[in-house]
Amino acid sequence: MAKVLVVTSGKGGVGKTTSSAALGAALAHGGDKVVVIDFDVGLRNLDLVMGAERRVVFDLINVVQGDAKLNQALIRDKRLENLSLLPASQTRDKDALTEEGVARVLDELRQKFDWIICDSPAGIERGATMAMRHADVAVVVTNPEVSSVRDSDRIIGLLDSKTELAEKGGRIEKHLLLTRYDPVRAERGEMLKVDDVLEILSIPLIGIIPESEEVLRASNVGSPVTLNNPASAPGRAYFDAARRLKGETVELTIPTDKKGLFGKLFGRRAA
Amino acid sequence: MNLLSFFNRRTSAPVARERLQILLAHERGVVGGKPDLVAQLREEILAVVRRHVMVEQDNVQVKMNRDSDISTLEIEIEIPAPVAARA
Repeated sequence: MAKVLVVTSGKGGVGKTTSSAALGAALAHGGDKVVVIDFDVGLRNLDLVMGAERRVVFDLINVVQGDAKLNQALIRDKRLENLSLLPASQTRDKDALTEEGVARVLDELRQKFDWIICDSPAGIERGATMAMRHADVAVVVTNPEVSSVRDSDRIIGLLDSKTELAEKGGRIEKHLLLTRYDPVRAERGEMLKVDDVLEILSIPLIGIIPESEEVLRASNVGSPVTLNNPASAPGRAYFDAARRLKGETVELTIPTDKKGLFGKLFGRRAA
Repeated sequence: MNLLSFFNRRTSAPVARERLQILLAHERGVVGGKPDLVAQLREEILAVVRRHVMVEQDNVQVKMNRDSDISTLEIEIEIPAPVAARA
């Protein structure tokens, strides 16, 4: 059965779009049919991160308002045929997203896909509430940093009160995805540890994505990090998280980027 | 990573720069009041076709590819077969 998954955080810049693209590609790589929807109306970026920015014809608002059919707006990924993107509008207003319209589009997508990943905009306004409104599962992206943890707490509160599932008396499945984690700094006591964040937010952990140069490199070239470099530390961490989303039990580790002799000698490579 | 791939590997920042330049050139045109030429062509071509034949929205596929030198617009319209002429 199709699952609607919202990737949300409250705070901006923590890695929602990166994670939406990476998880979407990882799930699609495993054979599932996946669509990733950009809900950031007016400031779309998922198309750019997924390398489809030159191919956008119609967008979510066109479909919500009936100006375009769903299959005209869906952009099929060039690398993975069971991965699609539904871009946000760049020129329209977020008020153009109506609850009924979004519900209709999601219902139609449920017929065609196994996973519908809603990439939420930052903040707690209309775009963000629309992205989470009809979700079955939420991935709360959090950095080990005080303001991000606070905003995640706020978003968890909204997931438990403002979603359709919550209003019907149900409970939305919530998972914490800790991104930009640096185990060395956490060990030195310079960064919140995984257990600190888990204790404060008290939702189950779906994955730890280590801070890595590979994330910027992947967005530079417009490819989800799980496709651009599946063997990299963040690539492996996202693949593990995707398997956990599917219900598999995967031992929780924090992958590291192995540096060869050359990498060690020169420290960093050009990004 | 071996020595060869280290030197051959194209760095990613120039790719990012080029992608942004192409994208923003198109977006600035739209936001600055000048309609996106390719998008405008798309609308007008469809309007002209609709003036002559009934086209179901389902039977139209539009593909665009905006590039630095050349942008392409591909419109595929399934036109229903004409009613068979009377014998």
